[in-house]
Amino acid sequence: MKGALIPAVLAILWEAGSRAGLLPQDSFSRPSAIAAAFVHGFADGTIPRDTWLTFEAALAGFAIAAVLGILAGVALGLSARLERVVGPSVDALRPIPSVALIPLALLVFGFGVRMEASVVAFACFWPVLLMTQSAVRGIEPRLLELARSLQLSFFATLRKVILPAAFDRIGVGLRLALGISLVVAVTVEIVLNPRGLGHAMIGAQQALRSDLMYAQLLWLGALGWMLNHAAKKVLP
Amino acid sequence: MRVVPPMLFAVALVGIWQLAAELKLINPIFFPSPGRTLRELWDQGASGQLWQPLGATTLRMLYGWVLASAMGVALGVAIGTSRRARQYLEPMLELLRPLPASAIIPVAILFFGLSNAMSTAVIAFGSLWPVLLATVQGLKLPEPQLLELCSTLRLSKRQVLLKIELPGALPDILAGARVGLAIALILAVVTEMQASLPGLGQNILLAQRSFRSPELYAGIVVLGIMGFIANQVLLVAERRLLRWRAPSV
Repeated sequence: MKGALIPAVLAILWEAGSRAGLLPQDSFSRPSAIAAAFVHGFADGTIPRDTWLTFEAALAGFAIAAVLGILAGVALGLSARLERVVGPSVDALRPIPSVALIPLALLVFGFGVRMEASVVAFACFWPVLLMTQSAVRGIEPRLLELARSLQLSFFATLRKVILPAAFDRIGVGLRLALGISLVVAVTVEIVLNPRGLGHAMIGAQQALRSDLMYAQLLWLGALGWMLNHAAKKVLP
Repeated sequence: MRVVPPMLFAVALVGIWQLAAELKLINPIFFPSPGRTLRELWDQGASGQLWQPLGATTLRMLYGWVLASAMGVALGVAIGTSRRARQYLEPMLELLRPLPASAIIPVAILFFGLSNAMSTAVIAFGSLWPVLLATVQGLKLPEPQLLELCSTLRLSKRQVLLKIELPGALPDILAGARVGLAIALILAVVTEMQASLPGLGQNILLAQRSFRSPELYAGIVVLGIMGFIANQVLLVAERRLLRWRAPSV
């Protein structure tokens, strides 16, 4: 209740300032115009379509990163020797800012969902890998010994022992990665990929439709918030 | 003995890549050999071509980050030390936080044009959140005994803040600043690509457009090294600044 007060006051001041001519409408627009652009964007289907395009790439990249990150994390978490050998190479690759790979992804895949998903996958891979690795390393060793004495196959051990025991912390990594996936997808679209919400925002800005641009920005914020909440519900 | 296997692994990776490139198993336009990339990097360093964009990107990153850290700590203290401010502002901050920082690039272009000011504004906005939230978080949990001590000593609010609360929040603040610096580098590269501002980000995009892939890879390597150094510098600073604390809490 108290939290809604300040945004409400700001919105009223914004609207009043705009109507009084204090805030230039080209750049500030006004809340009523933004609300109208929002409704219109949904009615003509452009916002839902762009949302889907963004999510398509974000979720595809996230899924790739989740599978590869969990597999690599389990391997590195189980074998201290492997970790010692591969770890430094992982540490050398990890600090590369994901956006530095945008031109490379463009070179390899051209414009489209594949280049976007590949950059998302690179960015999401690291948190999943690191959380899985430390989660697996923290598993009670006796559980693994038990699996060995029961002569479970590797995949049975993975499914029945490792993943359940490490599930909580892997979930934390997945949640982090899910948040990152949306951010990176939008970033790639804003920089150069001509699809999705990010590109639509740049388009609205260049067409001097600041009302539509703010509507898309607020929608993006809401999407991020909802994704975060959904992830909290589904994952631990 | 303990250094050799990891070195061998890294060398083997690069070696396989080099071999695959030499034998034309992989497309040299997409994946130029590590040798060509290194030579490109060496030439750029020797001819001085590398330093200007490197300096431009570094400065861009630092300007935005310093601005964000200063604002983040100031706002964080304002919000974190007052219950009332927390009640009124925290829900709004929670809503703003998941907003992708790059999404405000169009807004910033609208206000600042395709300029350095736009880039700094975007970087400052993006790396503000980790510092701000870490400061609020760090101020939330002062040790009750310390606060009792303060009231016994009749310290003023200001003294409590400077002597107890801020030092207590320092580990959180520094961790937030480290996350902020990583974000600042990302956004520096993003804004350079989007707005064609001079720097490494623009350079690698131009290298891609003209299919000069060794140059593109050299740029990615340099950005990776920058990210690594930035993180290490702050880790060392953290260790130094927090030496007064008990080793394990």
